[in-house]
Amino acid sequence: MEEQFAKLDIRKDENIVYKRTDLLIDRPLSYCPGCGHGVVHRLLMETIEEMGIQDKTIGISPVGCSVLAYDFMNIDMLGAAHGRAPALATAIKRMWPDRFVFTYQGDGDLAAIGTAETIHVCNRGEHFTMIFINNGIYGMTGGQMAPTTLPNMRSSTCPYGRDTNIMGFPLKMTELVAQLPGTYYVTRQAVHTPSSVRKAKKAIRKAFENQKNNTGISFIEVVSNCNSGWKMTPVQSNKWMEEHMFPFFPLGDIKVDGKMVEQKETVTKE
Amino acid sequence: MKGNEAVAEAAIRAGCDGYFGYPITPQSEIMEYLMTMKPYETTGMVVLQAESEVASINMLYGGGGTGKMVMTSSSSPGISLMQEGLSYMAGAELPALLVNVVRGGPGLGTIQPSQGDYFQAVKGGGHGDYKIIVLAPASVQEMADFAKLGFELAFKYRMPTMILSDGAIGQMMEKVELFDPIPRRTEAEVLTQCPWAATGKPKNRDHIVITSLDLDPAGQERLNLRLQAKYRQIEKEEVRYEMISCEDAEYIFVAFGLSARICQKSINLARSKGIKVGLFRPITLYPFPVNQIAELAKKVKGMLVVEMNAGQMIEDVRLAADCSLKIEHYGRFGGIIPAPDEVVKAMEKQIIGG
Repeated sequence: MEEQFAKLDIRKDENIVYKRTDLLIDRPLSYCPGCGHGVVHRLLMETIEEMGIQDKTIGISPVGCSVLAYDFMNIDMLGAAHGRAPALATAIKRMWPDRFVFTYQGDGDLAAIGTAETIHVCNRGEHFTMIFINNGIYGMTGGQMAPTTLPNMRSSTCPYGRDTNIMGFPLKMTELVAQLPGTYYVTRQAVHTPSSVRKAKKAIRKAFENQKNNTGISFIEVVSNCNSGWKMTPVQSNKWMEEHMFPFFPLGDIKVDGKMVEQKETVTKE
Repeated sequence: MKGNEAVAEAAIRAGCDGYFGYPITPQSEIMEYLMTMKPYETTGMVVLQAESEVASINMLYGGGGTGKMVMTSSSSPGISLMQEGLSYMAGAELPALLVNVVRGGPGLGTIQPSQGDYFQAVKGGGHGDYKIIVLAPASVQEMADFAKLGFELAFKYRMPTMILSDGAIGQMMEKVELFDPIPRRTEAEVLTQCPWAATGKPKNRDHIVITSLDLDPAGQERLNLRLQAKYRQIEKEEVRYEMISCEDAEYIFVAFGLSARICQKSINLARSKGIKVGLFRPITLYPFPVNQIAELAKKVKGMLVVEMNAGQMIEDVRLAADCSLKIEHYGRFGGIIPAPDEVVKAMEKQIIGG
């Protein structure tokens, strides 16, 4: 296939509009087909390549579906214990202040077991980037209730739906950290359509550029799907995400350049 | 100066890159001393008060994983919180220095000195098959000396090293001879000395991944075999101990840290009564001086293991001596320090008369 393609006359420099970044390691992804992780991995690696900072970047992978993120990202990385990526990043950025440091965490990692670390790095104003993938479920362990599981949403540990009287409410971590003085850029994005992918990439670029000026935490939530955990097809899960996740977790910037963005009224479905 | 201040000053002088800790009695003077000295304005050493001991140990994982010389300090309950992180660091083979200024337990226990964390430190308090090097200071001087030695060993073997002190040695004041300051390593030195560290991938080398995870059981076994080989080498090469008045001794106190200091007085008391007693003091609790105790066991009539706990190191002493002679334990705990004369009485009652 590759050989045939190489022989085609069409393959000329002026015709190539897109190629896989060299910073993504060419091996089969461990993510389910249809999952948003792969797209975010690509956006991150493209950003680092475009900024020319591969030799200056240190990433931290979490425990969760993306525990093996370092198998796909061709940069130096550390695998953190569950929830502790922000603690690692704190020490690394303070001792290597000219490095670009980012954490990559899921909702269980960042918003449940690692809540203390998340709140405190955002309050201290550490100068790194946090990528928060929120799919409302524990994917790797088989679809248990997450801190961001929606009310009435089903999971293997709330098989009849999340009863908020018993199980409490989903946590809007991104709105929460936006209130803290140490965050500089807080935004909620998605990667399920071409336009949302383009927006998410711009947000990632902005977050990394902020590190050049030591502005504090840049925090990017990506609301994503988990078609396996939600027991849907990828297309169904993206539609469900638009209909249910986005009303509760509305997309858009929450804090830009250290200032809160005026929130538009969001339509919520009861 | 105080033991806690000595270890803090020694860390600055050893060229430490970062201290991360959380206040807990009886060791809060360590961070207080560092914050007062402001090494971030002189050597460039980072000092950060973390939100918890859990965060502190994971800051060490981050710092150690990038080749930096990092340390934390705490006391027993805080060290318990760090055990998960210690296991990860042992698995990922990362260097770091921990200081445990032990207080009485279990639980919140007391703020008074104890040696109740021997098992946790020496046997591995976290999950999985791992060891950390454990140094037991018996003086303020050794608090300072072991900070430097601890960093050296941590980097030599790429593993966490712990100074297992106690509330008395942390708080007591003695004269200390401090070593000359060693400059912090430059970025270039860190890069050449720690080629394994995650520091940013240049074009000409593979990316570095710091992790303790290997989902392939064969790979995980290989990691374990490598760790075990390292531990065997440490057991061969890094055993440290002190023997006092053992040449003509018929009976031996075996004690570490503060208990050993007390036993030094007990030796004089016993010898004035005509009992020939000596002291064997393990300085490295891991690696434990197994062969030296075995040799000593052939020459003496009995051993009394004196600890400020309910009997922990005695298990290792009995194993080393292979139960070839009478070995008993004498301990006070919950924050009580035994007096020299009660230790002599215990020797008379439990070993000589028993």
